[in-house]
Amino acid sequence: MPGLGTSFGRGGATTAQQDLANADCILIEGSSMAEAHPVGFRWVMKAKERGATIIHVDPRFSRTSALADIWVPLRAGTDIAFLGGLVRHLIENNLFFREYVVPYTNASCILSDEYRDPEGNGDGYFSGWNEEKRAYEGDSWLYKGGDLSRPERDLTLQHPQCVFQKLKRHFSRYTPEMVEKICGIPPELFHKVADALVAASGPKKTAAVCYAVGWTQHSKGVQIIRAAAILQLLLGNIGRPGGGILALRGHASIQGSTDIPTLYDILPGYLTMPHKGDQTLQQYLDTYTKKTGLWSGYPKYMVSTLKAYYGKRATAKNDFGYSWLPKLTGNHSFFEFLYDMLDGKMEGMFLMGQNPAVGAPNSRLQRKALSKLKWLVVRDMVEIESANFWRESPEIDRGELKAEDIETEVFFFPAAGHAEKEGAFTNTQRLLQWREKAVDPPGDCRSEAWFMHQLALRLIAKAKASDDSIDEPLRALDWWYPEDELGDPKTEAVLTEINGWYTDPVAGVGDSSGNESVVFGIDREGNPHHGKQVNGFAELKADGSTASGCWIYSGVLGRDGVNKANSRKSKDYLGHGWGFAWPGDRRIIYNRASARPDGSPWSERKKLVWWDWDSDKWTGIDVPGFVKGKPPDFEPEVGAEGLDAIPGDAPFTLHEDGLGWLFVPKGLQDGPLPTHFEPLESPVSNELYSHNTNPPEHWIGTRHRAMQSFHLC
Amino acid sequence: MASLTALLSKWPLIRQIRERADGTGLEAMSDKTRAMHARIDDAQVARSICPYCGVGCGQLIFHKDGKLLSIEGDPESPISQGNLCPKGAASYQLLTHSRRETKMKYRAPRAKEWTEISLERAMDVVADRVWESRKRTFVHKQNGATINHTTAICHLGGATLDNEENYLIKKLFTAGLGMVCVSNQARI
Repeated sequence: MPGLGTSFGRGGATTAQQDLANADCILIEGSSMAEAHPVGFRWVMKAKERGATIIHVDPRFSRTSALADIWVPLRAGTDIAFLGGLVRHLIENNLFFREYVVPYTNASCILSDEYRDPEGNGDGYFSGWNEEKRAYEGDSWLYKGGDLSRPERDLTLQHPQCVFQKLKRHFSRYTPEMVEKICGIPPELFHKVADALVAASGPKKTAAVCYAVGWTQHSKGVQIIRAAAILQLLLGNIGRPGGGILALRGHASIQGSTDIPTLYDILPGYLTMPHKGDQTLQQYLDTYTKKTGLWSGYPKYMVSTLKAYYGKRATAKNDFGYSWLPKLTGNHSFFEFLYDMLDGKMEGMFLMGQNPAVGAPNSRLQRKALSKLKWLVVRDMVEIESANFWRESPEIDRGELKAEDIETEVFFFPAAGHAEKEGAFTNTQRLLQWREKAVDPPGDCRSEAWFMHQLALRLIAKAKASDDSIDEPLRALDWWYPEDELGDPKTEAVLTEINGWYTDPVAGVGDSSGNESVVFGIDREGNPHHGKQVNGFAELKADGSTASGCWIYSGVLGRDGVNKANSRKSKDYLGHGWGFAWPGDRRIIYNRASARPDGSPWSERKKLVWWDWDSDKWTGIDVPGFVKGKPPDFEPEVGAEGLDAIPGDAPFTLHEDGLGWLFVPKGLQDGPLPTHFEPLESPVSNELYSHNTNPPEHWIGTRHRAMQSFHLC
Repeated sequence: MASLTALLSKWPLIRQIRERADGTGLEAMSDKTRAMHARIDDAQVARSICPYCGVGCGQLIFHKDGKLLSIEGDPESPISQGNLCPKGAASYQLLTHSRRETKMKYRAPRAKEWTEISLERAMDVVADRVWESRKRTFVHKQNGATINHTTAICHLGGATLDNEENYLIKKLFTAGLGMVCVSNQARI
């Protein structure tokens, strides 16, 4: 999320796999796509058939390299030096796509005078470094004046404090010779890549970048992705057909598991999980609501989430149940709570589709941690190592652990497979695709939905029989779901809640009948539960009159009662009519950038979305990612808020300024620009800075070194 | 005599001689082959998606009388156009292989073996364990601030669960029980 999210606004691939076929050049780095995503790779091959140049940057010669036009072996962990070298090449030789860069990115924005880059004394530090806390702090990376909404700009890109000049200076020492020294890539090969990318840039051409776990698994993965984002912005490739950055996710629903997260620090739709300091709803909303851009709607998304969680018990009077939401008191990720497990502080654990006893680093430590639990619930299709560590493990074999000493109570629940339950995955291109159920699961096998539903019913019954105040959130939890013969909740009813509805119940509706546009409108007691569905997040309100379980998915099951994740009639190459791509069924996001600032397509060959002067609205092949009737020459009034503050030629509407961020003024912990540091494990010293590794990495380094490879996406 | 001719004409070789054919056409078929048809001819089909990587290939899952028959690529998918990789093409075996567990199992503290337990009973006991652990460890306030959480029950999930399942996990565990230690392997 931070890499793509801070650069463009949303933490998701910007394009669709099929669209790779339209690319004139494809750079694959940090992925062996031909082997790991073979069916997606067919679109790379399609592009190659049409004459595109395929570049594979990877230390290892794989099947992907064999099918590429150019294979670039680089030393592992030096991606930022290589990409930074390309950025320097574009800037120094004036080869970037100026017509795109000037209006659509923050190249022209003037930075605060306090900003200092690592070139100052060559140590690798930006301004704001606090040595004691070993962290960056303060506001020195902000735009001049501190307001991100209305930056001062110099469209000539000459101002010494503008982002473009800072970017130029930052990468000035990333020369082809330096790239050779650091990455081991000879200058001729470097120029071959640079020439291919430049040849595929401009009004008539585009290039795409594909990456996978070869980037995200790095401790500095975020900054590698940032470097690619800068490259793609400079080449003018974001929001345009055949362009973009395609993050290739490793599992069926990696994207889905962060959109609707089972992660500690976010709520559905990338809302922030409240921290201990966010004591009231108002405090919380004041902290996270942006004045301009789409995040100005934060209160609407948050209140609608609380309404989805706590139903009619969430009222304006009780801050919509905000105090019931648990507050974070630190880092509660797996890497941290593992230590609580080892210390015996963790009583119980649920494992659903993970196998830390062999799947996480330092498996001996993992198994030891499991043996300290009071109870453990494992849900899987086979008896995995994490379920039987007390019986079969190297520690048992060596006599290090004995079954009779292990107190852990283990419950093994056999799980249903993908054909035995219905529900949606969100694939690598933000596409929700529904699976119909084929058969019942065998024996005791059940879905996770069944398990959660059955557990919830039992716990809520206990809470209702108790008068303990700590059980109030459980009593308030809106668990209304109708169920089938097996006891599974109807997952389409859950999807309807995710989509969102008007909260006033409509009396007399039939269950699932579609009456009054209400789907699954009857709760478990037979009472009307909610009103008609919303058609998209634009309808959400902050007054409690709407509920939505995940605002970015809103529209997937709107008032027509059609589950669009299950639609199966693809109408065009982007697949409209097949599944539902968030947000708003947009297949290529930020697609306002596919048109020139004046609203006309960059070229006939690369047209996607454009302004139609006859009907005065945005139209095109994709769903326009822009306010439909906002003309290209729209100038916001001074003091305008929300989307009204975004000019007609600013495609990145989640950012306060509507611009693509070459430089990230806010939101990253380890620097506003990617900087080459050696990996923690590196045996060689840094050629560019006096610090070998990224300063903020030291503190995580000692503790998390063993854990880094856990990052699996 | 007529019945003998009929009987003989069932022999493909005779038909081949009579029809002066080369034995590669319809004349070569026996009653058995004539009655043959594809396994999936009268099967039902579910539209599905491959459970492995993030590409999201379309699958057609053929089934009959509550039994899986086969899994094939969905030609109408705009992403995969009918293709599946070797792993996806073998996903039928993921569901039907012999090592798949279909029985609920319970291991008591210090026990050396699994014991049997019914699904219903197991759900009741797990609910009891969650209830007790939560009661013991729930923190309402810390230094004057309301935090309403427990850090003594954790969840580690996979990224192959459905969105709806993840939604229910977050809703019950976090919004209902106050669990903050909720994690999975996805880092986008």
